[in-house]
Amino acid sequence: MTIAASLKKRLKYFDVDVSFSCASKSMMVMIGPSGGGKTTIIRMLAGLEVPDEGRVIFGDEVWFDSTRRIHVTPQKRRLGYVFQDYNLFPHLNLLDNAAFAAVDKKEVDGLFDLFKISHLRKRKPHMVSGGERQRCAMCQALARHPRLLLLDEPFSALDVITRRGLREELKSLKGSLSCPIIYVTHDINEALFLADEILPVVEGKNDDGWMQRTITREPGEGTTAKGAREPRLSLVY
Amino acid sequence: MDYLALYVTLKLALVTTVVLMVMAAPIAYLLAYARFPGKSLLEALVYLPMALPPTVIGFYLIIVMSPKGLIGRGWEWLTGGSLLFTFLGITIASIIYSIPFAVSPMKAAFSKIDRRLLENAYVLGLSKRATFLRVIIPNSLSGIAAAAVLVFLHSMGAFGVLLMVGGSIPGETKVASIAIYEAVETMNYQAAGMIALSFIPISYAFLLLINKLNEDSRP
Repeated sequence: MTIAASLKKRLKYFDVDVSFSCASKSMMVMIGPSGGGKTTIIRMLAGLEVPDEGRVIFGDEVWFDSTRRIHVTPQKRRLGYVFQDYNLFPHLNLLDNAAFAAVDKKEVDGLFDLFKISHLRKRKPHMVSGGERQRCAMCQALARHPRLLLLDEPFSALDVITRRGLREELKSLKGSLSCPIIYVTHDINEALFLADEILPVVEGKNDDGWMQRTITREPGEGTTAKGAREPRLSLVY
Repeated sequence: MDYLALYVTLKLALVTTVVLMVMAAPIAYLLAYARFPGKSLLEALVYLPMALPPTVIGFYLIIVMSPKGLIGRGWEWLTGGSLLFTFLGITIASIIYSIPFAVSPMKAAFSKIDRRLLENAYVLGLSKRATFLRVIIPNSLSGIAAAAVLVFLHSMGAFGVLLMVGGSIPGETKVASIAIYEAVETMNYQAAGMIALSFIPISYAFLLLINKLNEDSRP
């Protein structure tokens, strides 16, 4: 299955206007400065936001088509969506959170073993660390047997060591997943490490030269300097 | 002591609380999440009973519940009886009188839930209704309990609105606050004092419960 999208949406400071596609077993990393429309794009794929114009096609299903007035609700797209935080329901323990929408509740134990959080299954989300919460959020998304996996800076709120560990685990997990994966980050190092394909997005548009400019430009130079500082640092790790 | 009046009061407060918890939840949901034209008008209307004198509410309730009024006529056609001066009549009055105290804490509790949690529930396949039952309600339990306690206390203290709609029929519409008033009217201070005294531990215990719930809801 391949996800193919062409999206236009008017935002307050700029317009989103991108086209891309991502095939099964492939990870596309969407990268760009913060506030550049990456999250809006991924929310349109999830069906949480409606584009002004465009199409989203998944395999032979049409999820969105502005000319034919088709909009499939997020409930029916059957995808996994992990964001920085707030995936887990505070009133449920980790096991119940992961099993919340599981196709087969018995699989959750296996996922917990894989993500090394089996010993925390009875804990509530506020009783575990941020990294453990994100591991559980990955289990929650995967237990649903998603047809498409959307990861919106899932490890950005974590410390460097935890982030690198999870990044490596995700890379080794990638081979066993059969769905397309779209990963959002503003970290160039992360993008180069994980990606099969890279889609740089700046102010809502595809900008293939962005990474090169960001790495080579001196800090303090030009308008992208602020966004450039962090990726430059991350190359050190 | 007028145990019968105390019994009617507690029964009325309990029925009002149970009915209002079910009724107020969808209203609070709409006010917390939905966007529609005229929302602020609806919100003000829901809170209006809090801003009106109880006798004004009572007056309009008499108008609509009387055998010539819209609701009174419908009720008479259905059952052949009257709504005024009945327990059902004062229950309706008490529900309307206490609506704001049910909706306001529930709306506050619902609004505190992060929107992303709800969106995650949608992505995981839950309908809006299922999200309400499986995510919103379980994460607002302390707010709902606070609403229940407030409604219970507020309807225990209702006086003017009940007197107008229900009068003072022992065992039917004569609640404790009316019994106190009548005892004082007839200079029976001992009887009034007994009922009044019984309110203090009940109300005090419920307020302690509210404080406890507020502490629990803090993360």
